[in-house]
Amino acid sequence: MTGDTASRSVIGDFIAAYAHGIDDGALDAWPGYFAEDGIYQIITRETFEAGLPIGIMYCEGRGMMADRIKALQTANIYEAHTYCHLLGRSQIDAEPGGVFRVRTNFNVVRTMQDGGSEMFAVGKYLDVIEIKAGRPLFKERRVVLESRRVDILLVYPL
Amino acid sequence: MMLSSVDDLHEPLQWPAAGVTRIPYRLYSDPEIYALEQQRIFRGPVWNFLCLEIDIPNGGDYKTTTVGEIPIIATRDEDGGVHAMVNRCAHKGALVCLKEKGNAKLLNCIYHSWSYDLRGRLKGVAFRNGLKGKGGLPDDFDASQHSLEPLRVEVFCGLVLGTFSDATPSAENYFGKPMSEFMRRNLGKPLKPLGMHSQMIHNNWKLYAENVRDSYHATLLHTFYTTFKINRLDMDGGIVLAEDKWHSISYAKRATLDEAPEYKQQNIHSVQYDDSLAGPQLLNAWPEFEDGITHSIQALFPTLAIQFTLNSLCVRFFVPRGVDKTELFWFYVGYEDDDEAQTAMRVMQGNLTGASGLVSLEDGCINEFVQRGTRGSPDGMGLAEMGGREVESSDHSRATETSIRGFWTGYRKIMEFA
Repeated sequence: MTGDTASRSVIGDFIAAYAHGIDDGALDAWPGYFAEDGIYQIITRETFEAGLPIGIMYCEGRGMMADRIKALQTANIYEAHTYCHLLGRSQIDAEPGGVFRVRTNFNVVRTMQDGGSEMFAVGKYLDVIEIKAGRPLFKERRVVLESRRVDILLVYPL
Repeated sequence: MMLSSVDDLHEPLQWPAAGVTRIPYRLYSDPEIYALEQQRIFRGPVWNFLCLEIDIPNGGDYKTTTVGEIPIIATRDEDGGVHAMVNRCAHKGALVCLKEKGNAKLLNCIYHSWSYDLRGRLKGVAFRNGLKGKGGLPDDFDASQHSLEPLRVEVFCGLVLGTFSDATPSAENYFGKPMSEFMRRNLGKPLKPLGMHSQMIHNNWKLYAENVRDSYHATLLHTFYTTFKINRLDMDGGIVLAEDKWHSISYAKRATLDEAPEYKQQNIHSVQYDDSLAGPQLLNAWPEFEDGITHSIQALFPTLAIQFTLNSLCVRFFVPRGVDKTELFWFYVGYEDDDEAQTAMRVMQGNLTGASGLVSLEDGCINEFVQRGTRGSPDGMGLAEMGGREVESSDHSRATETSIRGFWTGYRKIMEFA
């Protein structure tokens, strides 16, 4: 089941808005894309495929996500940079109860203070999205990175 | 010309008269010194970390890594023995193992199909006797003289260690008593892997070796430590140096916090962050040891550190990838007998360190800032006088750079910088 056209359209818009929001620096809105107890994880492909639990970033619930944003805005120290997400076409599988399993490949280009724009992260989003009253939210978003290696550091969510 | 001693440097380096309280900036960016380190340190009398024993649990398992810039294969043979050898075919010098990990009966070089057993002994040469009686190797070719170059191996506390030098003492003696005892505390029972990633940091490897020994910076740069009272310099803690000063432990006891007024009076950046966590489960922890130590970093010469922050146990391994690049690996582990709740806490605390670590991500860039700040000034030098000029353990204060002076003491000795 690939889901009805209306749901597919809602999901497509939702996934695009999430990426554009991060690119535009609207990080305070980031936890709001998740269900209250939603899960967000960034993990390497190697660790994910080995079935091991510790990736690079892990949040359980909006509270932990808000803490991440607060920390990067007030506590963490790093060279300022921006992201530009490029998304592939989503593959959507409908499950019972308004729940969808979605895979979207992505590429994130990072621009640093010296003006260089370089590919920073490439991988896939493996999402569980629930649509309630027409409003989609991530119950789960796993960001599986192709590479085990991060250049410099990873502070903004992908 | 291969560099093998400081006398081979085109421009001699005279260590400053003030000794290890001064660090010449040139050491971070001179390609000749970098090349000399490959010989004197990584091929020298040190134990290099190769992999965890749990990376190669079964007969036939292998894992590739590097010692300095030299490619290495660590293997486990059919009888359970652990071996290590240079990943370089005895014929043309091509890499033999291309994958990071695998399981094999024989290690085959794909170029001309020479094959080696798990101990690195040459077992097969394609067309050794030629074809139809013509070609092939000379009759007196002795396969036993063409093994993969071996390393001496020791498995210590779950770490597979390798050395090129016959002069390296046993691992226990190399690390010394206080270091070995603390390694047994942290790694002394069967481990299980929890996850791995790495970070490319744009600085010389020695800047990270200093950084991981720098108890002075930890609570100043890493705001999260301080605010959430995980590690502050006003907790009871200290620095233990190995007898030869090469290795060290920085430790703290969280339950002993006695808030020092200096953090607030001096308007230190790291206490300005509001400390109410919306997701307090991040710091759920249980007291794992009776000694009360809740945070420790053990730095082991040359390129290894073992971190135990609350319940987050991680083996950090950093590899030079050029004079101004270092790959920093984070191997997160737990114990085989952890229950589900304990594993869940280790997973949650995994957020504290690594490339996105709430208390460590700054290290991804701070050493690069030193690299960029110093590379145009090779004649300048850094200063390490916090805590005095001695190179001794520090029982009650971590406002000291004694571990850094210890690293440079070891470095000067092995490099023979007078």
